[in-house]
Amino acid sequence: MHLFLFLLFGAFCVGGAINLLIQRKTINSALSLIVVMGSLALIYLLLGAEFVAVVQVIIYAGAIMVLFIFVIMLLNAGAEEQAKGSNVAKIFGIPGLFAGGIIGIWVLLQHGPEERRIPIGALYGPANKVGMMLFTKYLLAFEVTSILVLIAIMGAVVLARRSHS
Amino acid sequence: MIPISWYLLLGAFLFACGVTGFLIKRNIITLFMSIELMLNGVILSFIAFATRLGTLDGHIFVFFVMVVAAAEAAVGLAIIISVYRTRETLNVDRVNLLKL
Repeated sequence: MHLFLFLLFGAFCVGGAINLLIQRKTINSALSLIVVMGSLALIYLLLGAEFVAVVQVIIYAGAIMVLFIFVIMLLNAGAEEQAKGSNVAKIFGIPGLFAGGIIGIWVLLQHGPEERRIPIGALYGPANKVGMMLFTKYLLAFEVTSILVLIAIMGAVVLARRSHS
Repeated sequence: MIPISWYLLLGAFLFACGVTGFLIKRNIITLFMSIELMLNGVILSFIAFATRLGTLDGHIFVFFVMVVAAAEAAVGLAIIISVYRTRETLNVDRVNLLKL
């Protein structure tokens, strides 16, 4: 069951990532990226990280991708222009693709250490433990993050403002 | 049971797709989405290792990665809107002058 779910959502991830590359229109790429993020959230649930899975859906698939789609529709981005393929890409890309595929198959055939068994539906990374750690061990980093977000808000407002000159 | 290397392989594949998209795409918004894809691959590796080691530190790092990704998306999309207002194009090959 575990293996079946991993293969299913992994296939969704791989298909979405490849679809992002081959689509010409930006909005189609954005929608396939949402597919990748949603299936990744389910893979996190398989790994028992339910806090990260929920945050992935809320922040990534919810907030960030809505922002992307909003900007795509605001700017009326159509299909992108196509250029001729370069020779350098052909010379280095095809052997690189083979090498990557061989490394991937080699990793799949290895019998590494088995992962800890996590039953489906087990809550391994609960939000209260993550929050406790965030406010004790990583308190300084958390506070610095708030300054980062504040700077990001101010930067976004200043950059996207229409200049009245 | 699924070995951890499969999760890492999936993360590496997503990262490689992000790098490829960043290199071959011309639309500046698609470049940004490729960066998000790379960050997702990294996050999957973090979670796989956190589960393997049995600690929650990886989840905290994922939280920080997501905060940085959100900040980057907000500022980057503001820059894209600003560039589109002055250049009226989204093609990165056409945006080759610092000064208008």
